[in-house]
Amino acid sequence: MIEQIRTIFSYGFMQNALLASLWISLAIGIIGTLVVLNRIVSLSGGIAHAAYGGVGLAYYFGQDPMLGALLFSSLSALVMGVAHRKSKTGADTLIGVMWSIGMAVGIIFIAMTPGYKANLMSYLFGSILAVSASDLKLMAVVSLLVLAFVVLSYRNLLAISYDETFSTVRNAHVNLIYLTMLVLIGLTVVVSMRMVGLILVIALLTIPAAIARIFLKDMRGIMALSTFLSALFCFLGLVISYQTNLQTGPVIILLASGVYLLSALVKKVQAVRNK
Amino acid sequence: MFRQAVISISDLWAGYEADTVLEDVNFDMYQDDYVGLIGPNGGGKTTLIRVILGLLQPDRGKITVMGASPKEGRRHVGYVPQFQVEDKHFPISVWDVVAMGRLKPGLFSNTFLSPHDKEAIEKALEQTNMLDLRKRTMNELSGGQRQRVYISRALATEPKILLLDEPTSSVDSQSSTQLYELLAELNERIAILLISHDLTAISTYVKTIGCVNRQLFYHHSKEITEDMLHSAYECPIDLIAHGLPHRVLPSHQHGEEHDRTN
Repeated sequence: MIEQIRTIFSYGFMQNALLASLWISLAIGIIGTLVVLNRIVSLSGGIAHAAYGGVGLAYYFGQDPMLGALLFSSLSALVMGVAHRKSKTGADTLIGVMWSIGMAVGIIFIAMTPGYKANLMSYLFGSILAVSASDLKLMAVVSLLVLAFVVLSYRNLLAISYDETFSTVRNAHVNLIYLTMLVLIGLTVVVSMRMVGLILVIALLTIPAAIARIFLKDMRGIMALSTFLSALFCFLGLVISYQTNLQTGPVIILLASGVYLLSALVKKVQAVRNK
Repeated sequence: MFRQAVISISDLWAGYEADTVLEDVNFDMYQDDYVGLIGPNGGGKTTLIRVILGLLQPDRGKITVMGASPKEGRRHVGYVPQFQVEDKHFPISVWDVVAMGRLKPGLFSNTFLSPHDKEAIEKALEQTNMLDLRKRTMNELSGGQRQRVYISRALATEPKILLLDEPTSSVDSQSSTQLYELLAELNERIAILLISHDLTAISTYVKTIGCVNRQLFYHHSKEITEDMLHSAYECPIDLIAHGLPHRVLPSHQHGEEHDRTN
């Protein structure tokens, strides 16, 4: 078994993929916890899908699709974030609209671009072959940014997640903290889509945090455990997808979902027993 | 001797878009006051709190908190919100909740707690007898304990005014008595404004009573006279009994007469 795993990771692209999983797991664990605790899963989904518009536009104009995705996701994070601050119900509609516009723009501009574009599927469904050295650098930068932000601003983040009104009364910079968090969600989504794809990235963002939340009662601990779980799912997903020749993204998500359902079941059984 | 009001409201109108909730509110509160405001649901209690905390801009009129605008002055207000059920399972410890009372403006100004911050948090926890439970998570606490944590958080801000919104809504009667005893003790140093729909509980403990029902009926009477109690009691009962929301009584002195004709 260990010998097999060693062989798998002797390939350069697999080493890249493994390194990529570790970097994105750091960002995913932290940001995912904030997404789950702030109940902004659909907002994050909107940001992810709006990013696809950036991929299409950048591709059409001959730029790096990652750059387009980063720009689009940050911008849409700000727009949806400001709307969300003003009215939660109004934002719900706007999120739905921007979600679809992003996808539509992406699909149309990619269709308008002449030439071979199989590679673009990797933005939707992820591909371990797609992780380049420059992607790795970007992942590292984003993950370290996320880590720095949460270390320096932990009490702010905890406070606005738990009780926004009280934080406002204390004159904490609620809007600034909130929007910074959303932009970091956008960046995390974009770097993670290389592994699992845009469509599945929300699952990877939320499931490890949801599992960790079942067992732990401290935001710091939940962030750490979801980082570990995300790395574990990515690693196992890589190995399994290599062995079975299946796509990595869906394998990772199915693994994560399986563990989530199992954890929820265990918790339920425990609760019933304790009664 | 001239006394500076801690909260001063004059000719205030407030509401949401076209819907006026509060009209012509005048209210002055002083450093040693302990005011209980009662009123029916939808009578404007929450709106009044939001205006005092600078969360809602009034349509008309003037309000100052500690002599400044609400957005400035609210840092002197220890706010104790009504407990929200959806917060119940949020993973946060008692200590971390109370530490929110030491929040400062700025993206990176809350990275560390200063020694003074820690002292203030500990003292606030001691005052409510919650120091031993500081490591517990909020969902392990009873309703009364959670309320104590919220009061600790408000005290950690080192407030001049304590503002409580329905403090006994999820608390059993014994804890509620303890809570009011604690507040009476705190009132030796801090002005307290308590807003509730529960008249019987607060009338025993507060120094003065007012009634919010679209308008504010308040005479800053030191003693709760029978007349005062009656008029305060009148408005919610009248509303609940006859099911007429937003009815403005012409003058609450006529309340008794009004009730009889109904």
